[in-house]
Amino acid sequence: MNVPENLLYTDEHEWVKIDNAIATIGITDYAQGELGDIVFIEFPNLNSKFKKGESMGTIEAVKTVSDIYMPISGKIVELNDALNDRPETVNNNPFNNGWMLRVQITDMDEVSELMNSKQYITFIS
Amino acid sequence: MKRTSLYDKHISLNAKMVPFAGYSMPMSYTRIIDEHNAVRNMIGVFDVSHMGEFKISGKGAESFLQLLTINDVKKISTGQAQYSALCLTNGGIVDDIVLYHFEEYYMMVVNAANIKDDYNWLLKNSNEDVFIENISENLNLISVQGPKSAVILNDVLDCNLNQLKYYNFIQLIFNGDSLIVSRTGYTGELGFEIYGNSESIVSLWDNIFDYKKLKVMPVGLGARDTLRLEMNYALYGMDISRSINPIEAGLGWITSFNKGDFIGRDALLLEKNENHKRRISFEMLERAVPRNNYDIIVNGNIVGKVTSGTQSPTLDKGIGIGYIHVNHSSPGTEISIDIRSRDKLAVIVNPPFYKYGTVNNSI
Repeated sequence: MNVPENLLYTDEHEWVKIDNAIATIGITDYAQGELGDIVFIEFPNLNSKFKKGESMGTIEAVKTVSDIYMPISGKIVELNDALNDRPETVNNNPFNNGWMLRVQITDMDEVSELMNSKQYITFIS
Repeated sequence: MKRTSLYDKHISLNAKMVPFAGYSMPMSYTRIIDEHNAVRNMIGVFDVSHMGEFKISGKGAESFLQLLTINDVKKISTGQAQYSALCLTNGGIVDDIVLYHFEEYYMMVVNAANIKDDYNWLLKNSNEDVFIENISENLNLISVQGPKSAVILNDVLDCNLNQLKYYNFIQLIFNGDSLIVSRTGYTGELGFEIYGNSESIVSLWDNIFDYKKLKVMPVGLGARDTLRLEMNYALYGMDISRSINPIEAGLGWITSFNKGDFIGRDALLLEKNENHKRRISFEMLERAVPRNNYDIIVNGNIVGKVTSGTQSPTLDKGIGIGYIHVNHSSPGTEISIDIRSRDKLAVIVNPPFYKYGTVNNSI
């Protein structure tokens, strides 16, 4: 199970990469494995705002459907449109080309509430 | 959790295993969509050893089966199989089954989750002229499905299946053991189901995957579901159950009212003339995946429920089966599906969803 050390994690199996006040968000290798073949992702609207923990989108897989939860409060500033044509990228490459969206963080204090890779490994084992 | 004889094979192929009807079964080995496409285009192999089998013999076997099953047993002779169902007196479906006519006896193949209930139902209605034996534990089953399935089986089993017609079967000897090779399946493609003891089925599995001339993929329950859904085949426990009767379920074609009495006949005759719910097949007009238990909406009112749905890998759109009042059930009718609190447009269609299956093709 791939869990990169440089990322932060949520108990909803999202990963977060922080660059200044921008968070890049995707789902973990564990999550894509549990979901199986992803057929499309329903993104939130650009510029919409969500609080930490709110459902902001859905991932439809062949067998099941799952919410995407906001790992950190903020405004949606970028979507990975390439996933519209190739949703399987999330299965094949969840931590790189399979990123889903970017968020402008409104409360940097929430960053400390995310898990590091060691904590996430313990969480999923 | 029970294991089939092929459990070790699934583990060595890195299958994602899931509990299903008391068994640990493969959900998928690679990607569901790749496994699905292997069956549509080439060859896929399923372990379906969890299915149940009963041997029904004795001088009263035929009349017993005429009473217990809804199809006409007299329509099949030795070497032929028949899709049928067991019903309650009120018409509710106890199980959907395949009945095999052997020279000296019948074999009834039932859904794994229903083995115990079916067996009890048969026993309860039997008499001293009928012997019912549950042979599920002794019989293993693999399903080899896809346009090239006859090519590989002719080679591996050293036989000629080219003349075998749909829903016919033969018995042959493989490595000294007897196998039943039946031209049946649950995919819509040309395919065969092969029954045998564990040793011969494991050996056959190995021989199939050692075959180098054609690409063969192992296929799990995930693609089994998408394949059967594209063909609009009902799944017991989802699309049919004890609270659904064969007329509602679109299984009038296996309900033989002319054969004489059978359990459920009176209730089903009434149902034929009543305007109740009917099973429908629908395709999504918007990007969305319908799933079990989602509401079906017409003019803002809930008029039915989805029983099965998926994203069709072949059609690349959402497809589903559901039940709706007969007034709204004609093909072409636009409906909405309540998908996670959003109404998504769909249209009722004539099944099957996938119309190019090789299931009936000559080999």
